[in-house]
Amino acid sequence: MAALLESLLSQKVDIIKVVDWLKSAGDEEKLSISELGLTVHKEEFVPFLLNFLREQSSQALTHGPATPAKTPSRPRPAAQTQVFSERRGCKSASGGSGTRGASRVQLFSPSSVSPGPEGSHCLSQLNFNNLEEFPPVGSSPISPAASKPTRRINPTPVSAERPHSKPKTCFTSTPFSKPSSPLSGVEPLEGSMTGGNSLSLQEERELLKREKTKRAQQVGSPQPSSLEPCTPTKTVLKTGSKVTPEHQTTCPEPSKVTFSLELDLLVELYSTCISENLVPNIFLELFFVMQLLTSRSPHTHDDEQESLCAAHSHSGVQLVHNCVYFAVKVLENQFQLVAHLDKCTLRLLAENERVASFSPHLRDRLTQAQDKSTAKVTELYLSTFIHSVPFQPDTDNRSNFSSDKAFHIFKKQRDIFYEVLREWEDFHKEPGWSFDTALGNRIRGMMSQMTSAGNHSHFARLFLKQLIQMCKGPRVNSTSGDTPDADLLGMLGAEGLGRLKRLEERLIQPHGVVGPCPPPSFPGYQEFFRDFLQAASCCQLNQHLQDSLCQQLLQLDEVSILSPPASICEREEEEEEDGDMEQQDEKQRFSSVLLLARLLAKFLGFISFLPYQTSEKPSREIQDTAIALRSKSVPVLDVCAVLRNSMRRRRTILTVPWLVEFLSMLDFIGPLLLCYRTTLGTLLLLYRRLVLGRCEEMCYLNKLLMVSVLGWLFQINPSFFIHSGEFRKLLAAFVSGSTAKSGGIIRKITPTSAELKDTPAAHRSQQKLQVDLEQAFFHNQPPSLRRTVEFVAERVGSNAVKHMKATLVNELVGRGEKMLRDGLGSPNSNPSKLNDSICAQLCDAGLEALARATRYKSLFYKCPAVLATSENITKRLATEKACSWLSANITGN
Amino acid sequence: MMRLSRAEHKEIVRWTEKLRPTRQCMKILKDRFPSHSQSTLLSIFSLEYQKRIKRTFSRHHVPDVIESYYQRYLSEAKAQPTAPVLLELANEVDLSPALMARIILDRFLQGQDGGMPSKSVLNSMLKEPSLIPDQILANNVYQCTINDCCYGPLVDCIKHAIGHEHEVLLREKLKEKNLSFLDENHLRTMGYDKTPDIILEVPVAVEGHIVHWIESKASFGDDQSHRTYLNEQFWSYWNRFGPGLVIYWYGFIGELDCQRDRGILLKDCFPTDIVTLCHATQQDRSPESQNKDKE
Repeated sequence: MAALLESLLSQKVDIIKVVDWLKSAGDEEKLSISELGLTVHKEEFVPFLLNFLREQSSQALTHGPATPAKTPSRPRPAAQTQVFSERRGCKSASGGSGTRGASRVQLFSPSSVSPGPEGSHCLSQLNFNNLEEFPPVGSSPISPAASKPTRRINPTPVSAERPHSKPKTCFTSTPFSKPSSPLSGVEPLEGSMTGGNSLSLQEERELLKREKTKRAQQVGSPQPSSLEPCTPTKTVLKTGSKVTPEHQTTCPEPSKVTFSLELDLLVELYSTCISENLVPNIFLELFFVMQLLTSRSPHTHDDEQESLCAAHSHSGVQLVHNCVYFAVKVLENQFQLVAHLDKCTLRLLAENERVASFSPHLRDRLTQAQDKSTAKVTELYLSTFIHSVPFQPDTDNRSNFSSDKAFHIFKKQRDIFYEVLREWEDFHKEPGWSFDTALGNRIRGMMSQMTSAGNHSHFARLFLKQLIQMCKGPRVNSTSGDTPDADLLGMLGAEGLGRLKRLEERLIQPHGVVGPCPPPSFPGYQEFFRDFLQAASCCQLNQHLQDSLCQQLLQLDEVSILSPPASICEREEEEEEDGDMEQQDEKQRFSSVLLLARLLAKFLGFISFLPYQTSEKPSREIQDTAIALRSKSVPVLDVCAVLRNSMRRRRTILTVPWLVEFLSMLDFIGPLLLCYRTTLGTLLLLYRRLVLGRCEEMCYLNKLLMVSVLGWLFQINPSFFIHSGEFRKLLAAFVSGSTAKSGGIIRKITPTSAELKDTPAAHRSQQKLQVDLEQAFFHNQPPSLRRTVEFVAERVGSNAVKHMKATLVNELVGRGEKMLRDGLGSPNSNPSKLNDSICAQLCDAGLEALARATRYKSLFYKCPAVLATSENITKRLATEKACSWLSANITGN
Repeated sequence: MMRLSRAEHKEIVRWTEKLRPTRQCMKILKDRFPSHSQSTLLSIFSLEYQKRIKRTFSRHHVPDVIESYYQRYLSEAKAQPTAPVLLELANEVDLSPALMARIILDRFLQGQDGGMPSKSVLNSMLKEPSLIPDQILANNVYQCTINDCCYGPLVDCIKHAIGHEHEVLLREKLKEKNLSFLDENHLRTMGYDKTPDIILEVPVAVEGHIVHWIESKASFGDDQSHRTYLNEQFWSYWNRFGPGLVIYWYGFIGELDCQRDRGILLKDCFPTDIVTLCHATQQDRSPESQNKDKE
């Protein structure tokens, strides 16, 4: 691969040929370049390229937050660092690349063993990239002999026997005949290397061993924390902190860009990988690009030094100028993707002076895209106000219980449940507070009472309803107090680069990829519910919850989704603003269904795999036994059938995101079971088919959503998506990352219509209060009332729109045009006047329709106040729907 | 001003420590704190006095102590048949007069037929002293009951009436404001397991906080009683009906009103700042969308 890249950069190989090869679907995994005697596999080349870019830029990226590039998800063959620093050391420019390249060819290509990224995964965990361990440029030259073979770690077959042993110990003390895992938590790869021969493996191991020893000496400390698996972020940050942030950063200038030809080639290759879905997670790549854009040079070099560096490193991405150049080019190239980011992100990008100085054109496009952007960070306007689960006489009064005692006990249990919840709210963030110590006994006492009274189904319902109330919304962590909005507002005050830094932090935050301590997989209140279940460890309760979760999930999965018109893809761009009223509603409803399904699926997965969770990966023997044992029983949810069905019915956009949540909870053995293995394989195929740029039946944003959730699932180990046939490797993904959970990014791109925007604060709070009151009104009413109101409003609203379309609009538009022509008043005020008059007429239509609505509801309700309020809400909703349709459509005129 | 700071409340409590539950004592308290309403002061005193009695009652309620009180009563009543000897005895030993009457009557009835008198007999005699076979004791019991502002059937009756009065007052205010609600009785018939005084059929916002239910308390909200109410009532209401409002008609310690954001709002009167769902015929359109239209 290195040879291929070298050849490309030195223009010995035509870039078009490689790009075409990258674009070619599946069938052409290999690229042979006879004149160079090269054969390259796609699955090798892509990770190689990604790593190459990271290595090249690593110097400039020592700042900022945890670098995703340094997470285990990154294929980062350490050898590259060595190779390139070595190159720098011997000051060979492109002239030397021939021989060097050849040696690499020899190193990597002839072996039929495919050095998949699992190996690089290993390496990144070993943290060879760490600058502390491996000081860059010449400070400690590494001998070629030692550096070359490191890449060979990749195919090392590993066994599960010593999952947590220190890599170093593994390699130095374990006999080769009994290979053991060099990393914790990575699944053995037996059988994964098609045709890997043991001889080459032995060689590699020998070399690896030497290399490891060597490195250990270099590092000095025998067990530096950075050798701990999964700590890269930590060390990266440490390195970063060494570079004083105040240290003046070089101001990047387009004129100082060197090697622009090579950079352009890299941009093209890299962009192709992104466009063709060859990267494990496009959002991580986007983040990397943002990092490059905001990169700083660690030291203030004078110009001479810089160019020297650049010359030595061949492509010179590590230079700030070059980094920014590269980033801007990629952003230009990936504009379609970038344009789908939320408004604020786009604004920050557009206002970035680096973007402006490197590509005014890009800045202009970003500015334009801002206005079109409908993606929002906190999309659904949900009331911030937390409800209890209302007591509903229909389900909760005495007649629903088997005895007075059971009724009375449940009365107490409801109160204890909330008492525990409030206590958790108050104390869980205090140091030293432990859920089980503080609440465990109370919860278990409650469970045993429940068992004697047989109240599990009642409690399960309460529990799930409360879970949904508290965790369904996008703002999962209401306790943090630092809402994304506030964060963004704060950003506006900051200065250019600083803003982007924070944007960068925000971009990485939802990923929260494996760091020293993986981010909580159950953020905010979800943590309470998870801990509650763990403390309760009540099998009856869990069974009731599973039953209910399954039922609700399958129901949600069946929810009818109005698919956009068939021509959606071409109309995509206008669709965003031009969206029909029904469609906007549909989007909102869809996001709400999706968020709910994902939440429920996560908890279903959590409960279902809870009995099998182990803190350490079981040994091979235990695994085999467990597989044999568990394959006999029926899994809680037939995921295969669900997925198959969903694909057949083209509903993957709903099903896949929640399936991903469910599967992310799998235990170590889970992915080895046939049903999950098959599902994961199908998901993989699905992922590879989703090429964003290609206009197919699925619209861009839907694809983006799928790519991001699947990317998240696979991100943990990119090898999975590259070696599609190797289900086993997927294990590694789960092993290393099943608890590292995020899913936040999807929310960033879910398009929904905004309700409250930049209205004045007082007005806004009044509006909010009204929305809260409306929500509160439904709270204590039976759910059927809300459904009725929504249904009626929907019908009335859409009838009104139809009516307007047919009659009023034509007439009014005509009148408006006349008004314009007549030059009455300022031309600018016309559309709004138009709107107002249409709205006025609409209200009459709405009122008429309400007479009908009232009849519907009077069937259910006797109480005049409730009826009147329902009516008013219905009226408001209907009017709002029609008005939003109006403002959306009148604007266009 | 019925919303007291904890310090103010403490100062009043300090003054109540030496007082007896008599009209004279209430007057002393009122003169000392002229800016506070009599009801508030009485309520605070009553709560404090009850605490005091709870603390000390076991000291009085031991057989030989009871016997000594009874013997003292007998001898003093014999010496001065018309004097309120029992009331004086109660004040002397710092026991609630009404409770003293109960203890002595209980002892008297035991002496009459040897067995333990039933509670209902005892209660009815306390309520209606003329039923007591002994005329002098009947007079003494009566004097104790009417001179105790914290315990006894009369006080219970007054408290009940006041509580009821405030509930009625609350309902009237709600009707005045055109707010539709369900009351406790209605809720019970629907099978609710815990019932606040009022549930609003259409919630309102008070000082920016959503209110689903209202509980009326014709007493002063001090630390202890509020804590008890929270645990036994208010949180239970929240757990079932969402956020709500508690009206302590006789005031409360201001610092206790700290759960507003969690859904328990305290007031010492019927709120004035009430926002209801308002549905204008034409929905206000945000300036944002209007600007958009102008583009």
